[in-house]
Amino acid sequence: MKQYIIRRILTSILVLFGVSFLIYGMLRLMPSDFISQMTSGNPDITAEQKEALKEKYGMNTNIVQGYVNWISGAVTGDFGESFQYQRPVTQVIGEKMWISFSLAAIALIIELAIAIPLGVIAATKQYSKVDYGIVFFALAGISLPSFFFAAVLRRAFSVGLKIFPISGMVTARENYTGFMWFVDVAHHFVLPIIVFVILGIGSWLRYTRTNMLEVLNMDYVRTARAKGLDERVVVFKHAFRNTLIPLVTFIGAQVPALFSGAIITEGIFSIPGLGQAALDAVTNKDLPFLMAYLMFLAILTLLGTLISDILYAVVDPRVRYN
Amino acid sequence: MSDSQTKLRNEQETIEFEKNQVILTPGQLIMKRFFRNKLAILGLGIILAVIVFCYLGPLFSPYGEYEIFYYNEATNTEIRMDDKKALEDPNVGLYVKAPISKSHWLGTDADGRDVLTRLMYGGRISLQFSLAVTIIEMIIGITMGGIAGYYGGKVDMVIMRLVEIFYCIPFMPLMLITSSFMAAFGILPQHKIYFLMLIMGVFNWASVARMVRGQMLTIREMDYMAAAEAAGISVRKKIFKHLVPNSIPIIIVMATMDLGSFIITESTLSYLGVGISTPYASLGSMVNAVNKDIIMRNYLNIWVPPGVVLLLIVMAFNFIGDGLRDAFDPKMKR
Repeated sequence: MKQYIIRRILTSILVLFGVSFLIYGMLRLMPSDFISQMTSGNPDITAEQKEALKEKYGMNTNIVQGYVNWISGAVTGDFGESFQYQRPVTQVIGEKMWISFSLAAIALIIELAIAIPLGVIAATKQYSKVDYGIVFFALAGISLPSFFFAAVLRRAFSVGLKIFPISGMVTARENYTGFMWFVDVAHHFVLPIIVFVILGIGSWLRYTRTNMLEVLNMDYVRTARAKGLDERVVVFKHAFRNTLIPLVTFIGAQVPALFSGAIITEGIFSIPGLGQAALDAVTNKDLPFLMAYLMFLAILTLLGTLISDILYAVVDPRVRYN
Repeated sequence: MSDSQTKLRNEQETIEFEKNQVILTPGQLIMKRFFRNKLAILGLGIILAVIVFCYLGPLFSPYGEYEIFYYNEATNTEIRMDDKKALEDPNVGLYVKAPISKSHWLGTDADGRDVLTRLMYGGRISLQFSLAVTIIEMIIGITMGGIAGYYGGKVDMVIMRLVEIFYCIPFMPLMLITSSFMAAFGILPQHKIYFLMLIMGVFNWASVARMVRGQMLTIREMDYMAAAEAAGISVRKKIFKHLVPNSIPIIIVMATMDLGSFIITESTLSYLGVGISTPYASLGSMVNAVNKDIIMRNYLNIWVPPGVVLLLIVMAFNFIGDGLRDAFDPKMKR
């Protein structure tokens, strides 16, 4: 197991090198850069000043040289300074990711709390009206385009009923502190979290239902029923516990992704998380930030699969890696 | 119950059972299972309705895709684009955000175009776009996954690392970046749509390849494969008789689901203004009008219909995909 994890981590590092080179190449090929954007509104700027700026921001190198510079910094944990924030990139990401995380984590907990019971019910009553209703709800949620759903919610609850704020994370000019601040933020988080939950719940529902169905068709469930056990005991003790195996690994795989930020939803609701920062960074051509952010996402993805594979072996003792 | 009674009942049951036996091919079984699924039928119905709306609708619509309407405020009459003479009147302006009326069932948008007509063309583009992306993705993914799974060893190792790299590249930020390329290189909107298809296809093949490879590995371990190999089957037959037909179900299911998800991706990009752009209508760019506060508040007829059509199409593909998945799975008894 230990050997397996070490080997996985080593290949992941290899993959990360590949990803970083590809992304760096693409970013550097971007036609306009931060310097030309910054100076485009200023007619007095001379070519020398531009060169000086380019040198200051480390943009005077060619792609390969630039990549070598970047990677040698990155290996030691130095990802450079963000152009637009004028602060170390790792610091910016470290701050913003908690906003994204708190949104996504609350949403995930709500999703699980609704999806797991409903999924179990749907599976035990397969092909009934309840089952059809639940599956319909699940698939409809997956199919919703986030930007459209967010617009509908904002139109209905912010513009129409005026119960929830239309965007932002805190009420401007109020400067709440302590508990009031918390209430204010919670108030602003309601609509984005509804978007997350409705869009995300479907895959959990479907996953629970499929796995539960599979377990319910197993021989040991039939044996349990044949023994004359109460149906509730069969479902919750024999079947559901085994459904938890794939479920736990799936949840484990999702945990790193909670930090990644949602570009569309955060953008629409102006929540200052990682997603919105990334959107700004693309417009401003903030190369160091984008580079670090994209690498951060890649690491999260790799971490997700690694965690799920390890959990799989932890939860299910029959699984052996070598 | 005595022994003879039990025997009698068993015999009766056997006779009844044999009477009811109709021999079905696996294909017929799948069809039967599929058509029993009400949601799948609903999905099929929605898709057919949308196709009729998008492809036959324009034949019945009196307006063209890019037609802009004008309005004479003095005489209160609506003027069409090609009516040059009437347009010269000084009181004429663009007929923007027209209310729902007999001549414009869903009104006109912020540029004075008929919303219903644009909806037809937008739906058409979204459908075709996502079909093209799915085909590209499938071609690359099936080839790579097939090669990796069939040959194994070093080839597999290299392809799988490549898969992991592509899998790790975050898609949305990447699309934002590539679209800024396209803007800078001055690629015309007419051509941009093809580049978008290609890029989306190329950045999505990894999951297909991973799945096809997994399927290949499973099939290779099956007893019938061992038997076929022991009988000295040729490589070509092995591929086309066993490996390909047995991977088709899983590929079809994935393709159906992807058709829906690419429509969402495309419309999200168009919504962000980096996808399909004018003069083409796209469902996403039509919803984009909602970003103007006044339209969000007062002109629901402009941004709600494209969103609803979008939701219907994607939902239908998901219903069908889900139904197919159940139908192909022999473990699911109905």
